[in-house]
Order: sequence, then C-alpha cells, then structure tokens
Amino acid sequence: MLTVNIAIIIPFLAAIFIPFINKKYPNIHIGWFALFVPATLFVTLARYIPTIAGGKTYVYTINWIPSYGINFTTYLDGLSMIFALLITGIGSLVVIYSIYYLSSKESLSHFYVYLLLFMGAMLGVVFSDNIMVLYVFWELTSISSFLLIAFWYHRKKSRQGAKKSLLITISGGFGMLIGFIMLSGIADTLSIREIVLTIGDNTDHPLFLPAMLLILLGAFTKSAQFPFHIWLPDAMEAPTPVSAYLHSATMVKAGIYLVARFTPVFGGEQTWFWLVSGVGLLTLFWGSFNAIRQTDLKALLAYSTVSQLGMIMSMFGMGSAALHFGYSTESVVYTQATFAALFHLINHSTFKGALFMVVGIVDHEVGTRDLRRLGGLITIMPATFTIALIGSFSMAGLPPFNGFLSKEMFFTAALNISQLDIFALDTWGTLLPVIAWIGSVFTFVYSMIIVFQTFFGPYQKEKLDLPAHGASRGMLVSPIILAVFVVGIFFFPNLVGKYLINPAMTTIFPRLAVEGDLGQTITIWHGFQPELYMTIGVIAVGTFLYIFRNYWKGIYSLFPEKWTFNELYYFSLTQLEDGSAAVTKSYMTGFLRDYLLYIYLFFIVAIGGILFYTGAFSFDLTGDEPVTMFEWSIIIVMIIAGITILFAKSRLTAVLLNGVLGYSIAVLFVIFRAPDLALTQIIVETVTTVLFLVCYYYMPEWKKENKPTRTKRINLIISIAVGIVFVLVALSVQSGKLFESISGYFENAYELAGGKNIVNAILGDFRAFDTMLEVVVLLIAGIGVYTLIKLKAGKEDENIEDQ
Amino acid sequence: METLITILSGVLVSVATYLLLSRSLIRVVLGSAILSHAAHLLIMTMGGLKRGSAPILGEETESYTDALPQALILTSIVISFAVTALFLVLAFRTYRETGTDNLYALRGFKDE
Repeated sequence: MLTVNIAIIIPFLAAIFIPFINKKYPNIHIGWFALFVPATLFVTLARYIPTIAGGKTYVYTINWIPSYGINFTTYLDGLSMIFALLITGIGSLVVIYSIYYLSSKESLSHFYVYLLLFMGAMLGVVFSDNIMVLYVFWELTSISSFLLIAFWYHRKKSRQGAKKSLLITISGGFGMLIGFIMLSGIADTLSIREIVLTIGDNTDHPLFLPAMLLILLGAFTKSAQFPFHIWLPDAMEAPTPVSAYLHSATMVKAGIYLVARFTPVFGGEQTWFWLVSGVGLLTLFWGSFNAIRQTDLKALLAYSTVSQLGMIMSMFGMGSAALHFGYSTESVVYTQATFAALFHLINHSTFKGALFMVVGIVDHEVGTRDLRRLGGLITIMPATFTIALIGSFSMAGLPPFNGFLSKEMFFTAALNISQLDIFALDTWGTLLPVIAWIGSVFTFVYSMIIVFQTFFGPYQKEKLDLPAHGASRGMLVSPIILAVFVVGIFFFPNLVGKYLINPAMTTIFPRLAVEGDLGQTITIWHGFQPELYMTIGVIAVGTFLYIFRNYWKGIYSLFPEKWTFNELYYFSLTQLEDGSAAVTKSYMTGFLRDYLLYIYLFFIVAIGGILFYTGAFSFDLTGDEPVTMFEWSIIIVMIIAGITILFAKSRLTAVLLNGVLGYSIAVLFVIFRAPDLALTQIIVETVTTVLFLVCYYYMPEWKKENKPTRTKRINLIISIAVGIVFVLVALSVQSGKLFESISGYFENAYELAGGKNIVNAILGDFRAFDTMLEVVVLLIAGIGVYTLIKLKAGKEDENIEDQ
Repeated sequence: METLITILSGVLVSVATYLLLSRSLIRVVLGSAILSHAAHLLIMTMGGLKRGSAPILGEETESYTDALPQALILTSIVISFAVTALFLVLAFRTYRETGTDNLYALRGFKDE
C-alpha cells in the first residue's frame, strides 16, 4: 500500500472532479465535497501517529524517471508528520470556514480547485524524499498560491499582490533548484535521506557553500524572511480563508520545513547558524516593529506572521549549533531551540489561523478591516471577541495559552545559545536574547492592538458600511476549534511533545538521536528563571508602550516611504523594464541598414579577428594559372562596371552595368570551360535585366541619395572591410588545399549514369535532390510573384492591422 | 588567375555591400544580385581554373576541369534568379502599396 503517495495524489484527483460535481449539484455548496478530502486525509494520517512516535518511518516509491533517479518517493517521519497534520487539519477547518465565508455568487469551483491543488502540492513538498520531486511540488504551491491570491482577479491590487508573490517565490525557488542540483552533484544522489547520510564527508566540497546559500534563498523567499517579506502583506488581497490557510499555517512554513529538513545536512556550519538565526531574528524584529504601524487588520496580521516566522527560523538556526558537537548531555541542551521551534510552529498555526478567521468574520459582518473605523464590537460579537483574545494573548506569549510556553522556550534557547563559545558567539552572542526580547515587546504591543482597538473603545456606527451583528455559527466553528487547541496545548503540552515533536527531533538530529533521548518535558511552571523575568519585562514594557503608543508613533515617520523594501522592489521592477526597453530601443532601430551593419560588423570582427589571431592567413601565387590579355581586359571591365554602379545617375545605367557584370561573368564561364554555366548565365542575366526594366517602369525615379557624409563614410569603410576580409579568407583557403578533389569519381559519368556531360550527370543523377528542390524554389518564387502581382486586399480586408 | 578572380569577386562584394546599405529598396535588390555574382565567381575559383578541358566526356584530353563546382553554381544561379525575381516584384508591390521605395520611410510605427 502506497498510502502516502495516494494521499498526495487524492487532492489533485478531487480537484479534477470538483467542477463536474458543482455543475451536477448546483444547489449544494461545493465546499462540502471539498471538505471530504482533507478530513479523510487527516484521519488517515493521524492513525500513523503512534507508530511514528515509536520511531518507525515509512518509505514508498513510485518510479517516475528512474533513468535519472527521479522517483516519486515519499518519506513519512516525525517532521513530515507535523506538517502533514497541520496541512490537512487546518485545511479541513479552513474549508468549513470558507463554506460560510464565501457567498455562492463567487466562482466557488475555481476556489476549491485551487485550494485542493495547493493542498496536494503542499503535501507533496513535505512528504517528498526526492529533491527534484520536492522542487516540482514547491513550484506547484507557488503557482496555486498565485491563483488563490488573485482569486478576485478584477481587482488591481489582487493582481499586483499575486504577481509580486509569484515573482519573489519563483525566483527563490529557482535558486533553490540550482542549489539542489549542486547538492545532488556533491552527494551523487537525489534522495534527501541519502544526502544526510553521505554529506558528512563532503562539507569541504567547493559547491557545498553555494548550495547552502541557494537552498536558503529558496527557504527565505517562501517563508517571507527579511528582506523577502514584502510579498506577504500584499498577498492579503486574497480571500481571508486563503490568508488563514496559505499565509499563516502552511505555505509560509514550507521554507521553515526546508530549513528543518536540511538542518542535518548543513547544520553545524557557522554560515548556516548565523544566516538562519540572524535573518530569523532580524525578521522577527522588523516584522513586529512594522506590524504596529499598520491600520489594516490583515496587514497587521501579515507582518505578525512575518515576525513569528522569523522567530521560528531563528530557533532552527540556534538549534543547528548542537550539530557542531558530538553527542553529550551538554549538546542536547542546544537542541532545545529546535524543540521550541517545532512547538511554536504548531502553536503559531493554531492561533494565527484563528486570528485570521476572526478578522475575516469582522470584515464579513462589519464591512471593514480598518482599525481606525473599528471599535466597541465586544458587546456585539462576544464569541468572536473571545477567540480574538485567546489568539492574541497566545501570540503575545501570555499564560494560559500555548504561545506562552513556546515564548519561554524561545528565551531559554536564546539565553543558552548566547553562552556558547563557538561561531564567534562569545562576542556577538548576547545580541541574540536582546533582539529576541525587543521583538517580543513589539509582538506584545501589536497583539494588544488587535484586541483592544477592535473590540474596545467607542462603537463608531457612522463609519461602518454594514450594521454590525454577531457572526453566523458556521463561521465560528473553525476558529473555536483552533482556540480550543490553543488552550488545550497549554494544559497538555507534553502530549504534543511526546507524539509529534520528539519523532521530528529524531529527523533533524539523526546522529544525536542514536545516542540518547532528545525529548524534553514542557513544564508550565519552572520556577523563577531568567526567562520568566524576561516575560514579565515584556509585559511591563509592552503595556507601557501600548498605553503611550500615540506619543512614540512619530518614530515611524523617521523611515521615509521612499526607503522601504516595497519601494525598492517597485523601483527595481520599473528600472528593469525601462532599462531593457531603452537597451532594445537603442539597437532595434527598425532600419534595414542598421541591422545589416551589425551583421557586417560581426562578420568583420569575428572572421577577420580569427584570421588575424590564429595567423591563418596565407597567400601563395605558385598554383595560379597565367592570365591572358583578353582575361585581363574582361576583369578590368568588370571592376570598372561594378564601381560605376555606385555612381550611376540613372537607373538605366545601373541596370545596364549590372547586365555588363552578368554577361562578363558568362564570358568568364566560357573561359573557365563551363559551357552549361555560360548558357544559363546568359539566359538568366537577360531575364533579370528584363525584370529590372519592367519593374523600373512602375518604380519611382532613381534618385541620388542625400545621405549625410558620415553615413556614407561608414558605409564605405564597412563595404571595403567586408570585401577585404572576404578576399583574405578566400585566398587563405585557396593556398591551403588539404585534399584532392572528389571530382575524379564523377568522371565515370558514362559508366555510372550513362551521360557524357559530367555537369548534367551530377545535376540529374549524382546530386539530383538539389535539382529537384531547386525546381521547387523556382516554383515557389513563381507562385510568390504571381500572388504579389495579382492579389489585392479586398475592401473589407483593408487596414487589417489597424483594427 | 585564381588570385585575380578572387580580388575581382572581393570588389564585387564591396560594391554589393555598399548597395545593400543604401536607403532605396531597388539598390538593395541590385546589391543582392551582385552579391550572388561574387559568390558564383568564388565557387568557380575554389575548384581551380582552367585545369583541363570542359567536363564533357568523349573529348580527347588528359584531364577535365572540376565539374562539381559547376553543378553547384548552376543550382545557385537558378536559386538566386528566383530570389531576385521575387525581391523585385516585392519591391514593386511595396511601392504600389506605400508609394515609396525609401527604406527609412518604410519603418514601422513610431511607438513600436
């Protein structure tokens, strides 16, 4: 049984059937059918929890491109288990929520098709063991996310947000692909498990560091880390269920998953540690700092997601330091950071999903998400308020909610890591807990803003579009379930720790796990430790900042709008477009002469340059036949005729001179013992001259060209240079014959082909294909000439290009 | 002889290039015709010149001149004639439709 592979395929299959079912049963909300998929998958996967916790893993393979080693291999272990449960569990809740959130006027079948596509792709990302297949699913999540963000495609902002997220995540994904290719080159395998096993001997490989950086680029862009976080706030144009699902619980965690999955490969390296922790902390600070200034609830939540993702990312970075040591009771302490990261990952998905749904409810019932117009909703929406309170306080890290536990562990981890004396931590280490603490203070402030500005204060009836009223029960189901989890995990954290996180720790620290148990028990109360004082400090300072926020809001105006990363992004986009347009305009002039100039210049430089640099030019007169007076005179006549064409005053002169050239060549053919050629040349030249004359009858007068002298000069130089290069090449070729001609064979024309005229035998027997197709050329030219003369655009076809 | 003919075709190439770079459509067509003359002469020269009698069996001779380049040139003459004819008619038709044979005036829309 390939349970896991089928679990990935099922959403894609369901996505195919959704439109048909929607057409067949238009009266039933199609979301109920869609709900079937994640709910079933959740139950199926949840049945694996006990065996996974027992240390078992499952590998299934379906061959895809075996000759390249690219197979659809799935690997179910503790780490992918956590993510899969989040994807399917929160997926089910989001589908329930969306059934009540989206009105039946929307194109629902589109919505659920995209959502199921995304779900399948996301499951593929977390289960894939083969990095190429992982990349395929990774890009599928980007694309389905793009489709979902632009769900209301008639809005300009939706389209812009979708484009932005696509550009950023796909660029990162592409970098990641290159990193994967490098990594598979180092380890000589595409399987992540095998890479983990073999990479230890290859850490000094020259491609090791580039591969690490590129894979991190993919993770950072997907998980909206600084400075790639700018797409996430713009992605909030999506319908709220999408924001709740993709941009808080699942897709933005794909980068986190990647970092976690590749920690055993790259962890223990200084670069990895500082990049992941540093960028994570920077993101934590920057996201929380910027969240406070937002006036739109969803934008605030977006920045808060950015900051929480940074927090998780930094914890994974800190935890990777443990890999620097072998197994000892001391190094196990440092794995606590990873434990905390996984724990907070689960917690964040629960409370952030709930908060997004709350904001969706407020938006749905009141008609606005603008904090300046909201207030006093506590009496109108008590249930919604309760959920918002639970979610926000958990986000701020207050007891009795699960966010408190992970925040405490975060502080513990940061304090522990700062004690280390590797990776230059002895000098910079103190920064880690300090920045973490500052970020947490800001987190506390914006969490308070969510609760108090939305639900307390004056109720501004005149500013609201809709008369406010309580939320429908169906909409409340999912956030209530999530809120129950938020509280439940606080009281029974060790259930989560034992069954979900411990097996995942085994994945991340495979070598350490062999030696001993990495698990830890989460205690709600662990005495008066520094981290508790830090939390108290966060609450105290945060409260102070929240109360006096109007006095220090001026700090945001210190950052001018021009200096934001958004501006940078738009600036670089417009610069790219303008720059490429300018470059293209500069050389694509639309004039034939210019294009021919490029061609000739290239010819002169390339061919002449090669001739010059390789010293290929050689000249030798010895093999030449002597020239008679008659031949001399013909050649001189031709040269004169050729040059005179350039100065011809009338077109008749030009045509006659061209005729002179043609007939002289015919004479030359006679001299060179080529009777057939002479005949053909005379006939063709005659007909051509006639054609020219016929054309001239209808063409305008041959005018002297009034070109600027500079142009004339350039043309002259180019022409002479082309002629010279041509002659030099031809002379070198003539004096460097390598082999005898093969024409001796054709002299058996009579025996082989039964003809005495060798040229005709070649044309008709030995190389008759040429002749056949040359006849076709003539035929096509004839048809072309005929149509050009005969066919006129009818009245109705006129100006067809202008329509 | 070979060197001389090569130089001759070089001159023709220069002339043709200069004509191709000009503004009038007719000159461009003329230039392409002259360029094909130069190419034919070059092919001829490459095979060696006057190395024997005409490539027709039955003549009392020790050696024949190389017949392969001649076959190639024959093909090429016909093709270049076809192309020149088509070009000419195209130029004629262009003039009929647009009223100009100036390539600079024939440039597309300004905003392209």
